[in-house]
Amino acid sequence: MDLRFDKLGLTLRGRTILDGVSGVLPRGQVTVILGANGAGKSSLLSCLSGLRRPTSGEVRLGERALAAVAHGERARLIGLLPQQAEVHWDISVHALVALGRLPHHGRWGPVEADRQAVAAAMAATDVSHLAERKAQRLSGGEQARVLLARVLAGQPRWLLADEPLANLDPAHQLDALARLAECATDGMGVVAVLHDLTHAARVADQVVLMKQGCIIAAGPAETVLTPALIEAAFGITVHVGTDDRGGPIIVPLARAG
Amino acid sequence: MKLNLALGGALLLALFGSLLAGHQWISFDHWLSGDLKSLIVMELRLPRACLGAIVGAALGAAGAAMQGYLRNPLADPGLFGISSCAALGAVASLFFGFAASAWILPLFALAGAGIGMALLALLAGRSGSMILFTLAGVVLSSLAGSATALLISLAPTPFAASEIVTWLMGALTDRSWDDVKLALPLVVIGLLTLMRAGRSLDALTLGETAARSLGVNMARLQWLIVIGVGLTVGASVAVAGIIGFVGLVVPHLVRPLARHSPSALLLPSALAGALLVVIADALVRLIPTAGEIRLGIGMSMLGTPFFLILLFRMRREVA
Repeated sequence: MDLRFDKLGLTLRGRTILDGVSGVLPRGQVTVILGANGAGKSSLLSCLSGLRRPTSGEVRLGERALAAVAHGERARLIGLLPQQAEVHWDISVHALVALGRLPHHGRWGPVEADRQAVAAAMAATDVSHLAERKAQRLSGGEQARVLLARVLAGQPRWLLADEPLANLDPAHQLDALARLAECATDGMGVVAVLHDLTHAARVADQVVLMKQGCIIAAGPAETVLTPALIEAAFGITVHVGTDDRGGPIIVPLARAG
Repeated sequence: MKLNLALGGALLLALFGSLLAGHQWISFDHWLSGDLKSLIVMELRLPRACLGAIVGAALGAAGAAMQGYLRNPLADPGLFGISSCAALGAVASLFFGFAASAWILPLFALAGAGIGMALLALLAGRSGSMILFTLAGVVLSSLAGSATALLISLAPTPFAASEIVTWLMGALTDRSWDDVKLALPLVVIGLLTLMRAGRSLDALTLGETAARSLGVNMARLQWLIVIGVGLTVGASVAVAGIIGFVGLVVPHLVRPLARHSPSALLLPSALAGALLVVIADALVRLIPTAGEIRLGIGMSMLGTPFFLILLFRMRREVA
């Protein structure tokens, strides 16, 4: 089963946000969406998660249109990590992660499988030792891990993450990227909106480069993250190099032109 | 679970105590004797205590649901304007002097609450947007408030005006089994409706976007809240007038005991609300004043110091 989007168009108050974009998000791969502010990345993500209905075109989940999938089933298949970290009540970390199981609950609340999924998700993101702490009082890095654990506890087939590295220090950024890559290795389809070009080049199996509501390039990082395409998307010149181990490095230098 | 049992036990004790207490203490052995004292207990104090429990449960649970829905610990069941609409209905019946039958005023209040619910749903539209919903509630509540003030100022006789003002203060004096029969089914349906929203309220802990991605249907949730709050608050205003602070204070006090989970808060808030109103109503009967202190006023006087404590605690946290 693939998650694909076909000629997606989104118009809000006469402004074109998405202009007929198409693509496939395979499972077992990390897809990184890149683009300047206002390019339509978050809007694409909210269409893909089924929270926003596109004006034209459709998102397809295997054979079915995503719009025709019931809320509960959609929630079990597609996990969303929103950009804004919100925790409203003073609940414990364990209770927060357990919220990720809500779409799986039957009439009588959590069962053993739910408890195991919560424990596994907390172990995978290294937050088991925080279980009894209050989620609101964690540091930014801890909270980001806890919120990711919340999504993973739902065991979705696709994980859509909107700027999962925002507000993280470099060490936690590397941790978060490693976790996204692990999820893909486990067979999840991972889609992340990122801003850091080097991180994108390193983690992505597929890069989707957006500009003004269109996808101007999509494919492996080597072919998409070239100086010419980056200049077209962001209006900047970059230095593209490699580090000691042959990994890509992309450093923004100046505004083009 | 333990919390619910403890609160339920305390509520039973409070109900028992409130049957004993009043201008005249009536001990247990007189209750079923069939004389005048038993009449006071069975026809005055018992319905009054039951009504207090019903109204308290309605306001407590409605407050807990509203706070969960708006994710704001200061939200109050009055915020959506349903209580103002119910009060307007009751005031209209007093204004036009339809006090001939005991049923007229509560029925007018219920009609007001029903119209309020319909207007709220109409104004907010089908988007499920919380901001639109809250704004619609604020518009509705100020509209109904000004219409009520208009009716008071135009009251045909000073007597009618004072009757309206007194009624607005909220009380449980001189209530009968008829009021219990009217309020109980509506409040029970309202409470069950609010309980159904529990899971969605839990998901809202993570914010609206995450909640929707967890499968919460915001439009359905809005309906559950409108109907649940409308029935509970509408019915309690119809039989007791406006009693403030219960819906605000009770969920606050119970929240830490329910581990801050919005769904686990609903039932304990209903029980604690019932407990608070039953006790407060017994107290206003016991305090020796010329006339009885109106329950609504007593509640506000209890609520203000609570707000002060809250304020000081917040100030400590901010500092």
